[in-house]
Amino acid sequence: MTEPLTPPKRKNPLKKTRGPLNPQGARSRTAHGLTMAATEGRFALQRCSDCGIVVYPPRDACPTCLSPRLPYQEADARGVLVAETTVRVSTDPYFRERMPWRVGTVRLDIGPVLVAHLHGDLKEGEPARLELKLDKGGAPVVFALPDKDTPHMQDDPQLREMTCDPTFRRVLITDGCTPVGQAMARAFSAVGSSIVFVGVAQAWKPFQGMDALRAIERVEIVPFDITDTESVIEQAEQNGGRIDIIINTAEHIRAGGIIERRGIGVAREEMDVRYFGLMRLAQAFGPAMRFRGADGVNSATAIVNLLSVYALMNWPVYGAYSAAEAACLSATQSLRAELRPGGVRMVNVFFGPLETEWFQAVPPPKVVPSALARAVIDALKRGLEDVFVGDVAEDVRARLAVNPKALERELAG
Amino acid sequence: MSGSTRMAYDGIVVCAPVTVPYRRYSANSAHWWIGRALQALTKQSGLQPSELDGLSISSFTVAPDTAIGLTQHFGLSPRWLDHVPFGGASGIVALRRAARAVQTGDAEFVACVAGDTNHVDSFRKTLSTFSRFAQDAVYPYGSGGANASFALIAKNYMNTYGVRREDFGKICVAQRDNAMAVPHALMKERLTLLDYMAARAIADPIHLYDCVMPCAGAEAFLVCGEAAARSLALKGVHLLSTIERHNAFPEDAIQVRGGWAVDVDELWSMAGVGPQDVDFVETYDDYPVIVMMQLEDLGFCRKGEAAEFVRAHTLTNDGTFPHNTCGGQLSVGQAGAAGGYLGLVEAIRQLTDAPLGTQVADARIGLVSGFGMINYDRGLASGAAILASAA
Repeated sequence: MTEPLTPPKRKNPLKKTRGPLNPQGARSRTAHGLTMAATEGRFALQRCSDCGIVVYPPRDACPTCLSPRLPYQEADARGVLVAETTVRVSTDPYFRERMPWRVGTVRLDIGPVLVAHLHGDLKEGEPARLELKLDKGGAPVVFALPDKDTPHMQDDPQLREMTCDPTFRRVLITDGCTPVGQAMARAFSAVGSSIVFVGVAQAWKPFQGMDALRAIERVEIVPFDITDTESVIEQAEQNGGRIDIIINTAEHIRAGGIIERRGIGVAREEMDVRYFGLMRLAQAFGPAMRFRGADGVNSATAIVNLLSVYALMNWPVYGAYSAAEAACLSATQSLRAELRPGGVRMVNVFFGPLETEWFQAVPPPKVVPSALARAVIDALKRGLEDVFVGDVAEDVRARLAVNPKALERELAG
Repeated sequence: MSGSTRMAYDGIVVCAPVTVPYRRYSANSAHWWIGRALQALTKQSGLQPSELDGLSISSFTVAPDTAIGLTQHFGLSPRWLDHVPFGGASGIVALRRAARAVQTGDAEFVACVAGDTNHVDSFRKTLSTFSRFAQDAVYPYGSGGANASFALIAKNYMNTYGVRREDFGKICVAQRDNAMAVPHALMKERLTLLDYMAARAIADPIHLYDCVMPCAGAEAFLVCGEAAARSLALKGVHLLSTIERHNAFPEDAIQVRGGWAVDVDELWSMAGVGPQDVDFVETYDDYPVIVMMQLEDLGFCRKGEAAEFVRAHTLTNDGTFPHNTCGGQLSVGQAGAAGGYLGLVEAIRQLTDAPLGTQVADARIGLVSGFGMINYDRGLASGAAILASAA
């Protein structure tokens, strides 16, 4: 039985702050196939294209037929925990801080044997199901869970090291004036985040949904303008030391390509909100978050950036907007590398056209803000790094994997 | 698998057992330790360094060098050179190759040396970069090193064959008894079964006295022809048979046997003796569960019956079934790849009446076994040799 998490007590200032350390993150290039699957929450292993056997650990030749054709494919994750051990002595500083630590040998029904981190509710000899997770340092690992869900299983201490569960964590939503920001506030309150700071740029100016937002439990409206460096810094000074998760909902969505815009005023605003905005956010909040990446059950854990899926491939109908999103995406890749040593995850949530004011002319399917919020919560609970929300986002991602050039031409209309 | 077609090691002797006394930590390099062993080998054999025309090196910590770099480092000019980075199987593998080199005339005097240093923190670095599979699929899981990997193997072995910790403990306690007279053994306090059982857990079911202590040290021996040894007035031992096997039984979900089980019949038939003829046995003792597998797979008892076998013998030098007669790595320490030489060097000593500790009475035939390289979830390398005194 997993001990349910209780609201963390106020921290004793005399106690040490557990410094952010990560397990060894080095992996072979081939093993990064696991990274790709883990970032999206899929379970994939190498399967030989010639003889069909499933292979683990990652290899460059099939141990049955020596074929070099070993693509990663979705695999059946069921197996049995053959043997377990509780490691009590470790040479690694990360694990030394977290002793004892349970690992075990799982034999999958489809053949291979995997050494895995163990969930507390899984016992030797029992059926197990495996997931690929990103560990504290973002490296891919195999995690073995009981085959059926158990009460409070998400609160397992070893599992929680791999996830960014928002329960009892403190959240900042950067823009509460939009339907997306408000949906996020409702979702994080409902999932048990201990406080939900919601940024509003101009407090004197009423906005749609304002009263409903104020009525949400544990929501605290705070002054926050992502285009104003002073404002961002002020908020970081006020609450930065206790914010565990940031959801960047700041958006600037306008239709139009590059030539028809005539001038760069709007493009500059887009960049100011999205690219420079993310930069201000990261510079103001990043240092404290990185420092608090291992600080107890409510450690700093993630920055979530909402991104148009057209960051990955320009959609000329929203051409300038897509370009700003692409800049923002590139910045998140740098931020990932910068946040990783602190054990803080940069989560990119890619969405297709939203059911909001700025996509009125776009035909369905579209994503409603509440679905986007659900996807963000799910991503944090599972510890994902890349998420695609809605049919259009899934479609773009699938086509991009097959033929990026075809996607470019087809998006041109 | 009877009727071995392997060529006998006629006319080959193994001699000049060398041990450079171990130290828990050393500020010196692996090169220093290997150099000390080579120097001791030349002194003991009466050979000049320039007369060593064959060299075999085993080491984990000699990087960025390999055997070739060491020739220049030590001023040697061998016409036969080997690098055997196989951990606990290094001694057996080096011996087999050296014996054939001498037999075919490719070399006359092969110095086989294993040595490693142990700097503060070099053990952690060795573990984290031990192999690609370890890096990708083992070390990030608690970083318990070999302790955790063998814990899983031991746990499964206990579950499968009904083995108790006490049975493992018997092996460790007996080895410590054997180590009491060995001057450089790092662990020389008498160990009782109570001490063993009460020791702290490291990675369940592995407890403190199941684990070897990493240290610095070196071991060496010389392989040459019988006539050459006689002319140097060196006491040598004969090589009756050897086997070697890697990555055996990949189909086993978890290791319950090693490569010895594939070739054991040839080991005995080539030697022309049986398990009952052996006066002592040196197994690779990192960890006791692997000792039990060796007793089974080398034919001393059937699979799953090693615990019973252990209960039926004293395993001490003065009792029945003398085993790991200098105390093994569990008592003297594990000097990296030299751990793979320890049993072999001790066997040469026992068979030439020159042990560091106590002598097994009337020791004429000894079996030495090696095991090493836990690349992912199991030890890959295994080997064994049967040696006989020249008398």
